This record gives sequence, structure tokens and C-alpha cells, in this order.
Amino acid sequence: MKKATLTVALLATAVFAGSAQAAWVPDKPVEFIVTAGAGGGTDTFARTVQSIIVKYKLMDAPIVVLNKGGGSGSEGFIYGSSSPNDPYKVTFGTNNEYLLPLVAKMGFSADGLQPVAAMALDEFLLWVNDKSPHKDAKSFIAAAKKPEGLKIGGSQSKDTDQTLTSMITAATGAKFTYIPFKSGGEAAVQLAGGHIDANLNNPSENLGQWKASMVRPLCIFSTERMAPGAKVTKDMGWSDIPTCKESGIPISSYQMPRTIWLPAGAPADAAAYYAGVLARVRQTPEWKTYIERTSQTDSFMSGDGLKFYINQDKAKALEVFKAEKWTVQ
Amino acid sequence: MDNFGNLLDGFRIAASGYHVAIMMAGVLLGILVGVLPGLGAPNGVSLLLPLTFTMDPVAAIILLTSMYWGALFGGSTTSILFNIPGEPSSVATTFDGYPMARDGRATNALTLAFLSAGTGALFGVVVITGLSGWVTQFALKFSSPEYFAVYLLVFASFVGMGNTSPFKTVVSMTLGFAVATIGVDTISGNVRLTFGIPDLVKGISFLVAVIGLFGLGELLQTMEEGLRFEGIHARISPREVFRTALTLPRHWVTLLRSALVGCWMGITPGGPTAASFMSYGLAKRFSRRKEGFGKGEPDGVVAPETADHAAGTCAILPMLALGIPGSATAAVMMGGLMIWGLTPGPMLFIERPDFVWSTIASMYLGNVIAVVLVLATVPMFAAILRIPFSIIGPMIVVVCFVGAYTVSGARLDLWFALLFGIVGYLLKKLDYPIAPMVLAMILGDKMEDAFRQSMLMAKGSMGVFYSNPLVGTITTLALLLLLWPLVSRLLRAAQSRPAGKTG
Repeated sequence: MKKATLTVALLATAVFAGSAQAAWVPDKPVEFIVTAGAGGGTDTFARTVQSIIVKYKLMDAPIVVLNKGGGSGSEGFIYGSSSPNDPYKVTFGTNNEYLLPLVAKMGFSADGLQPVAAMALDEFLLWVNDKSPHKDAKSFIAAAKKPEGLKIGGSQSKDTDQTLTSMITAATGAKFTYIPFKSGGEAAVQLAGGHIDANLNNPSENLGQWKASMVRPLCIFSTERMAPGAKVTKDMGWSDIPTCKESGIPISSYQMPRTIWLPAGAPADAAAYYAGVLARVRQTPEWKTYIERTSQTDSFMSGDGLKFYINQDKAKALEVFKAEKWTVQ
Repeated sequence: MDNFGNLLDGFRIAASGYHVAIMMAGVLLGILVGVLPGLGAPNGVSLLLPLTFTMDPVAAIILLTSMYWGALFGGSTTSILFNIPGEPSSVATTFDGYPMARDGRATNALTLAFLSAGTGALFGVVVITGLSGWVTQFALKFSSPEYFAVYLLVFASFVGMGNTSPFKTVVSMTLGFAVATIGVDTISGNVRLTFGIPDLVKGISFLVAVIGLFGLGELLQTMEEGLRFEGIHARISPREVFRTALTLPRHWVTLLRSALVGCWMGITPGGPTAASFMSYGLAKRFSRRKEGFGKGEPDGVVAPETADHAAGTCAILPMLALGIPGSATAAVMMGGLMIWGLTPGPMLFIERPDFVWSTIASMYLGNVIAVVLVLATVPMFAAILRIPFSIIGPMIVVVCFVGAYTVSGARLDLWFALLFGIVGYLLKKLDYPIAPMVLAMILGDKMEDAFRQSMLMAKGSMGVFYSNPLVGTITTLALLLLLWPLVSRLLRAAQSRPAGKTG
């Protein structure tokens, strides 16, 4: 009799453990916290995920999207980590979650959130105005080595764009004045108007201006060229852009992950639940359209693989931050 | 002519029964959102955004833009009735709109505001219809030095014309600049003046400050003056609406000047807020009844409302053609565009003319519908003021705090609203003007960025503000406006001296 009870108990535990992965299901509205203002890359990312979840009914609970982009996104991270165990606060960001606290006292700690998934890698390109005399990256770098240097505009200060600028200087000895704007969109318009010499925007940030032949890309900071696709302008498509390494800037790869987070104390099965939903989002045709339209690299990471990636990314950035004396700790 | 043909095609799409129904729904929702302070147009539009995912882009943009017009009109309503601006751009409307309402002229103020807003909006759409190709080129000429010069122009048009001492204006403005520096600094990426409080990293929301300064500050003063609310005598018959409408042509100079300022600011893009402040400043400067301003001068309502809406509609053009959102709401709509699969940029006009032109056509129709709908609500809203103050007063307090909390859901903001309420009360008692402080709070941050970006670009040379004819002209204009009181005094002195000699 006793033995039987034990068996039942064991069985029950086994069954419970087996189904624990899918045991947690949200039963009230879930908040999607966007750590950027409306209209930017992170906003489009979060709202695309939301629209796919709604369309395919991947979650029963309703979703509320909140834009909290104040303080370079720290507003969102502070809010997202404010209730340490709450599995109903899902925060959308980039690598700013773990890089921002390194360069400024932002009022949140990177450990306050746990990574759930990274769903795409956004690329960085070197863009110049269409009328610029520089036809390739080599002549651009040569011009930037002259004493007066060149002006690169980018989004925010001590963020991805300025970090990459600093990496180019370290790798080539070229001199740049970095001019921070509020967003990549502003940097795109400033380049189209010919007020700066170059920007390091993501593909989607400059696409409109490239299509209209106002700006053109010189090279992409990636190990290989992009996948072949339709032409963007009359004679060029994404796959025709040379990598920066082959055109003389020895930086093999620089990318920015699109990340999703939960508060650090949220149960592991909640994280697993969201990772499962997001994995299904990734399989829809709408997601493929989003990746193609924004010319990002499709890549899905979660669990230990994601943690490993984050540590590596952090270590690489920390080198630049230390060399520039940006670190606050 | 090409534009005209395109526009007709646009009308053919926009004027369908389905789209007109969407417009009306959007406008009504917008009015509701605009009347609730703290919610505002940007929040309203982003709440509605998920609904549009399954709609086709034309219907979706019509819904969102109509909601925007509705919210702008709704925002003017609370500015006039309760001194609580729902949007940054309707702050200037409170200066004369609220005194009018307190004097029992709420119906007149609301009617004038709506009609001039409608006029401004229509003027704006006509301008963008005619100039859609050329405008993009013009906006591209704007870089940081030009932005700085434009902001300088706005401040200049506001300084040195008040009835109060210029020192008080400067004190108030400096306070505003100080508040604007709180939070993350764009240029250095560092955090400023947060005293280690996490909630301050995002900065102090302008809306919270305004709800305190205007809404609560005004209430404190009303209470001190003895719980009276002159609105009780408000005439609210629909005939009064009609009678006021007939007086609109009398303001044609102000209307035209404000519409031009608005269009220029919307396209350049200085934004609707800058436009409404500047146009109010100019109206006061050129008015023959300067003393009446701030005490319920109809021109003081017409000017900011016209400019605000002209700029609001014109700002849609840079958003579609360049991907620069001219206002917070335009930024949300731009996010929508991306999700619907459209890339804002110069090619949008070539790739999706149907979308662009039906949007523009819907702006004509949407604004006409909005004016008609809000005019119908005037008697209803004006009637609110007939409720005794002892009932409406506490309700306004509740609405103010709910509004302050809605802005970003932070409890700290409630304390800030209270603090700014007391500050607003004290400033009024001591006869310090509040407007320069609010203006500095809204534009200070942007102006600082533009100045420091210019300095980076020019490697520290002030010559950058005279480096091309465009920026040189704006800078000169700004300096002229700034120094005008001094110049005119000198001129007068020079004139009277020879006169004195002969006499």
C-alpha cells in the first residue's frame, strides 16, 4: 500500500516535472515594454511580434504595448525590472540592456532582468551621401586620415554607433568627429542633406533614402555579404554591398541583437513559455517578411546559448569602453 | 497640375462611405482622448495602433490621422475650460482662452479656437498639396545650426514683449531650462541632475509640469479669490456659436500670419509647439491691444490655434516624405507605417501614390468633419462651466492627478504635479510669467542638443550660425526680434531729441 502511494507520488512528480516546461500560462494581460520611442527599430520589432501573436492567436492573454524610451531606454528597463518576480512584464531591447549600465549610472542593473530570447541580429553599414567623392571604403578611410578628419553622425552617445566609430578609428587610424543625434532616423536625414560625411545606420534606417538615391552604402560590417535579393536601386541590391573587411576596414563583424527580457526573479517556466511563443512567431511568413524588409539577419537564441552570446558581446564592448574611458564602474 | 490630378484620385478613395465612417469614428475617439488630460494624442494613437494591423494601410492611416485631429481639438477644449492643456502645442491657447472662459465667454473662445484651428489645418493641407515635391528639398537643408536658429527665433519672438520686467521673464525661462536638463544628455550620454533617483532618469515630463503649473496652480488661486467661477454666466445657446463664427473674418490678419508661421514651422520642422508659441508672441507684438493679451483677447486664441493646426497638418509631409516625425503623434504613426509594410521616404510618393494622396485627401475631409463635430459639442462643454465651483473644483483636482499619473504611470509624478502646482501659484502671486518657463521646458532640451551638435560640426566656431544664407537669415531675424524693444526705444529717443531741440 505504502509502496503504491510512493509510486503514484513519484509518477505524479515525474509527470509534473515533464509538463513543467509548459505549465505556466499567462492568465491576465501581458505588458510588452518597448525601451525606445515610437517609430524606431525596437518599437517596430516589438509591435511586429505583437501583431503576429495576435494574428495567429499564439497567446490567449491580451497584450499591452508600452513605449518607455526615456533616458536612452533606461525608463523601460527600470520599469521592466521594478517588480522582480513579475512574469507579466516582458521587456524589448537591444544590447543596451547590458551595455548602458556600463557607461552611465542609469538607475537599473543589468542583473535585474533575465534574457529570454534574441530574435534577430541587426547589421551595421557605412553610408555616405550619394554625391560624396568617396566611391569605396578605402578612399573614405584615406580621406578621414587627413588632419581635419570626417564627421560621422549616429544615434545617441556612447551607444552602438559611437562604439563602432571608435572601433574604426582604432583599426585604421582614421580621425572622426562623432555627432550624436536623437535617433538613427535623424542621422539618416542629416546624411541625405549632406550635413555630415557618413553614418553607420542599420539597413532599415537608411532604406528610404537609399531607394531615392540620396545616400549609398560603402560596406557592411559582417563576415559575409548579405543574401541575394531584389535590387534596391537601379543597379544595386543588398548583396552587392562589399563587406568592410574586404574593402579595407579590418573589423570582421559588428551586429546588434534584438532582445527580449523578463524580471530576474520570474519563474523559469514563464521564461520557457515566452521562448516557446517567440520560437513560433519566428516560423510565420510575417516574421520572414519583417526580417527581409528590415534586412536583418534571422537568428534565434535562448537559454545558455544566449547567455554565452551576451557575455561575449559585453566583453568586446567593454574593451572599447575602457579604451575610451567611458566606463562608470 | 499633376498634384491636382493625384489629389482627385485621392478624394475618390478617401470619400467612400467606409472611409468617411472611419473618419468620424476616429475624430470622436480623438476628441474623447484629447479631453482627458494626460492621455493625449500620442498615447491615444498608440492604443489604437494594434487595431490597424488587420486593416488596409489607407483605412488605417485615415483612422489614426482622424483621431489625431480629434485629439488636437479635444486638447484645446480642456485648455480653454480648465486651463489644462492636453498637448504641448495647446499650452499657448490657455493664455487667453482660459481668461475668456472665466469671464463667461467660453462659447466664444471654443468656437473661435475650433474655427481658426480648422482654417489653419485647411491652409496647411492646401500648402502641402501644392508644395509636396519642393518641400522635401527644403527640409533637407535643415541641419543643427538651422534648428538652433529656429528655436532662437521662437524664444526671441517671446522675450521682451511682456508687460512684466524682462528680468522676471529671464528668471522664469532659466528655471525652465534647468528642469529641461534633468535626465540623460544626448550629447555626452551622461545622466544629469537625477540625485540618484531612478524615476528621474527619463526626465520630468512636460505634461506633468503643465498640469501642475496651470491646472492646479490656477485652482489654488481661484480658491483664494473666493470659490467663484464666472463661467456661470456663460451663454451657451447654439446661436451664440453662430454669432461668434461670423466674427472670424475680423481676425484675418492674425489668421493669415499664424497660418504662415504654422506651415513654415511644420515643414522646417520646428513643430506645432514652437509654431503656436511663436505665433502667439507675434500676435501680441503686432496687436494694437497688447494690454488685453493674457486677459482674454480673442486674437490670443486665434493665433496659437491656427498655427498649431497648420503646423500639425504640414508636419505630416516631412513624415511621409523624409521619415522625420514633426510631433510625438507623427512618430507613432510612422511606427504604424513600418508595420503596415510601408517605408516612409521620398520613394513613398512614387511607389504608393494612392496611399499618399488618399492620406492628403482624407486630411481635407477629416478636418471638415472634425470642425463640424466639435462645434456641435461646444454648448455641451460650455455647460460644464455652469456647474458650481465647489463641485467642479474637486473634480478638476482628481482629473489633474489622474492625468499626471497616466503620463507614464509613475507615482513620483503625482508629487511633481503638486510641487509644480505650488510653484505655479507662487509665480502668479509674485507676478512672474509662466509661459517662458513652459517654453524653455519644451524646447530647452532640443535647443541645447542643436547648439552642441552645431559646435561639434563647426569645431567650436560660432561662425556656423552665419555659414549659409538660410541660417544667416534666420539668425539675423531672431536677433532683430530679440533686440527690437531696445532698438525701438533708441529710435524713439533719437526722434524725440531733435524734436526737443527745436521746441
